[in-house]
Amino acid sequence: MNNPKLLSLNSTTSLISRFTRGFIQALIRINKQRPVTSSSPREMYIRHRRIKSAADKSMALAVRSRRNWSRAVLARFRKKRRRHVLVRRITTCAMKKRGLENKKSGHKEASHGQANELRRLVPGGEAMDLCSLLEETAHYLKCLNTQVQVMRCVADSYSTI
Amino acid sequence: MSSRRSHSRQSSGLSRITDDQITDLIHQLQRLIPELRSRRSDKVSCSRVLQETCNYIRSLHREVDDLSDRLSALLASTDADSADAAIIRSLLMS
Repeated sequence: MNNPKLLSLNSTTSLISRFTRGFIQALIRINKQRPVTSSSPREMYIRHRRIKSAADKSMALAVRSRRNWSRAVLARFRKKRRRHVLVRRITTCAMKKRGLENKKSGHKEASHGQANELRRLVPGGEAMDLCSLLEETAHYLKCLNTQVQVMRCVADSYSTI
Repeated sequence: MSSRRSHSRQSSGLSRITDDQITDLIHQLQRLIPELRSRRSDKVSCSRVLQETCNYIRSLHREVDDLSDRLSALLASTDADSADAAIIRSLLMS
């Protein structure tokens, strides 16, 4: 966490603090909801899913709507609550078709296979052209790194009680 | 960077994104991936960079999964009071 490269940029530092604050608050909420029998496998699984969702959601909230991928993650969480899974699948298929047509004008056709793979991994990647996809990937990588480092820090401080 | 982005958006038919733009972005990605950071950029092909990016994103997702597992086990094992103290302590440290 005391990496000088990370701390030298103001935007990254505020991203870290926004994410950490949101994530810790979510952890406190999850901890309070803990039932008495908290060690059954089902409870562990539910808590694991909640913590992972809290981490992803806190990171997307820390980035707000400035990026396509964070907007896609937040939309995914909103849709999860409304449970329009079928609508999401149909929309994704339509967007994939559109994405394939647009790629014909691009170059470097040999790497289209990997570009498709990347589209699946980066949230909201299906509807983007190659240029935007590469930019979003760079930012997404940076934020994922931050997320992992903060989570590791929290887990380390937990285990040294 | 933002001017480049608006330029590529203006070519709305997506037919005028230049090779240089894409190459620049791929080099930028290469700098972010720990495995490829030390190699010289002309020795690494574009498809290799994309492949390594996919692998790196997948490994980061796995790490997030493992850390959530670890955190949920830690939350289960500690009681409420000391858990809150640990949370506040990690807040102060970061």
